[in-house]
Amino acid sequence: MTTIGAVSNSLLYLNGVSVSFDGFRAINDLSLVLAPGEMRAVIGPNGAGKTTMMDIITGKTRPDTGEVIFRADTDLTKLDEPAIAALGIGRKFQKPTVFEVHNVWDNLLLALAGDRRPRFTMWARETGEERDRIDEILTTIRLSDLRHTRSGDLSHGQKQWLEIGMLLAQEPQLLLVDEPVAGMTDSETAQTAELLVEINKTRSVVVVEHDMDFVRALGVRVTVLHEGSVLSEGSIDHVSEDPRVIEVYLGR
Amino acid sequence: MSRLSTSICIGLILVGVALMAILNLATAAGAPFHVPTYAISLVGKYLSYAILALAVDLVWGYGGILSLGHAAFFALGGYAMGMYLLREIGPRGVYGNATLPDFMVFLNYKSLPWYWNGFNHPGFAMAMAVIVPALVALIFGYFAFRSRVSGVYLSIITQALTYALLLAFFRNDMGFGGNNGMTDFKDIFGLPLQADSTRVGLLVASALALCLCLLVARYVVTSRFGQVLIAVRDSESRTRFLGYRPESYKLFVFVLSAIMAGIGGALYVPQVGIINPGEFSPANSIEAVIWVAVGGRGTLVGAVLGAVLVNAGKTFFTGAFPEFWLFALGFLFILVTLLLPKGVLGLLQKKTGGRV
Repeated sequence: MTTIGAVSNSLLYLNGVSVSFDGFRAINDLSLVLAPGEMRAVIGPNGAGKTTMMDIITGKTRPDTGEVIFRADTDLTKLDEPAIAALGIGRKFQKPTVFEVHNVWDNLLLALAGDRRPRFTMWARETGEERDRIDEILTTIRLSDLRHTRSGDLSHGQKQWLEIGMLLAQEPQLLLVDEPVAGMTDSETAQTAELLVEINKTRSVVVVEHDMDFVRALGVRVTVLHEGSVLSEGSIDHVSEDPRVIEVYLGR
Repeated sequence: MSRLSTSICIGLILVGVALMAILNLATAAGAPFHVPTYAISLVGKYLSYAILALAVDLVWGYGGILSLGHAAFFALGGYAMGMYLLREIGPRGVYGNATLPDFMVFLNYKSLPWYWNGFNHPGFAMAMAVIVPALVALIFGYFAFRSRVSGVYLSIITQALTYALLLAFFRNDMGFGGNNGMTDFKDIFGLPLQADSTRVGLLVASALALCLCLLVARYVVTSRFGQVLIAVRDSESRTRFLGYRPESYKLFVFVLSAIMAGIGGALYVPQVGIINPGEFSPANSIEAVIWVAVGGRGTLVGAVLGAVLVNAGKTFFTGAFPEFWLFALGFLFILVTLLLPKGVLGLLQKKTGGRV
């Protein structure tokens, strides 16, 4: 039973969104409202439409029907990926995608908020302000000692953090984080949870995750997706006691 | 590291060319160490090819755009130069017509086609040698990159582009000399093309143009623009989610590269003395890609090295064993792909412990 709040005081507002690929309804009448400053965990079995939802929000996929509204006034379905990124929505992919031939520092430099046009980057020189900001992010993501390392040589977990750092560098209002702890060790997972909680102090976050312990550690409101729509929403304890959720995860 | 290799490369080009110039002009034919004029023009040709290779490396090595039609931009630059050289002949042609080039008189043209106006001015023709390739690249690239055509599909349409131009320039009624193209040039900037000093001048001009292109390319790939370009090459969709527009980056570098190729073509034509539609042949563009692969993709200096090495090899082979050249070229490409993925420059860097 989702209660749809008003669009006026939302950061992200999805209402009645549907999209089909070759007749397969990947997202089916999905509605979701995120308040400013909120962190939301999205869980659901494979094929529930979690990644497609991210694709719709970031402009990679256009929905067939429905509204996708950012900051109560901007229709995201009319914009493409760079325009949406410029609005302040950052995305971290399931598989860490950093620029492998560039070192850690340069990856962050390219991600830093700023003018993206060729006529600017052609003449751009690194400023003291940019250096301070990168140093700050390096500390946050615990990669200060690896700043000159080619990012392709980082471990899997380090790449995940670098990507989160690149997200931070973009200074987005909303971070979409797809399976941040996939393939991480237990201690890395715990550190990542801390990092996300820290980030959430200043920004809104949507985390898609399979790892229930991780979701529990975040301690935030949970949305359960199933077959492209919202099955249940509430605290982790609430949703894990919901009989429909139990059926989807354990039943059949 | 690569700054050093650029400096070495520029140094070698300038010293080598200066030495050749002196040994050609200051020594008599037959004297020991005399450099014959044919060698001057031959090296001049290699250097104009090296500019084309540099252009290919810029888009392929750094932008990930495998253009198999870059010789088209080279040929367009060459045609602009050819048009100037034909008009420079003036009334000294076979038919003695002061405005119409010989082939137009032969084909019963009554007046000069409008697009030949202005080509009697060398400055205008030089400008066209870069503007025309740039415009073609701009229009082609705008539609291709905006539609997100990439990878092998882009390579195929670049082949189609050069093939279409090949067919167009073969037609007599295009007004570019058809099958025979343009030849029998006499002067350039009022200087006789057959004179040793003019030949040396063209070689020096090619060397300077190549060095300038190398410096510009080096600046571009080491700037923040270049870092974004490399990011686009390796992970295009990721750059979009960071807020970059890959199509703008690709378009910029594609146009810059077409300009360089045009400059190469304009320098090539007076040194070989002919331009015909064969220059648009798809095989030429593929050969240019092989030069870059042999020298070392994504290194700039490697492209220059590859163009000179392969073409020197071509000169030797086509003289000594003409029928084996294409086999040698194919074998070389396979060898490099299998054994030297970073090309000859990569091998040199390995031997010197990465210092070059």
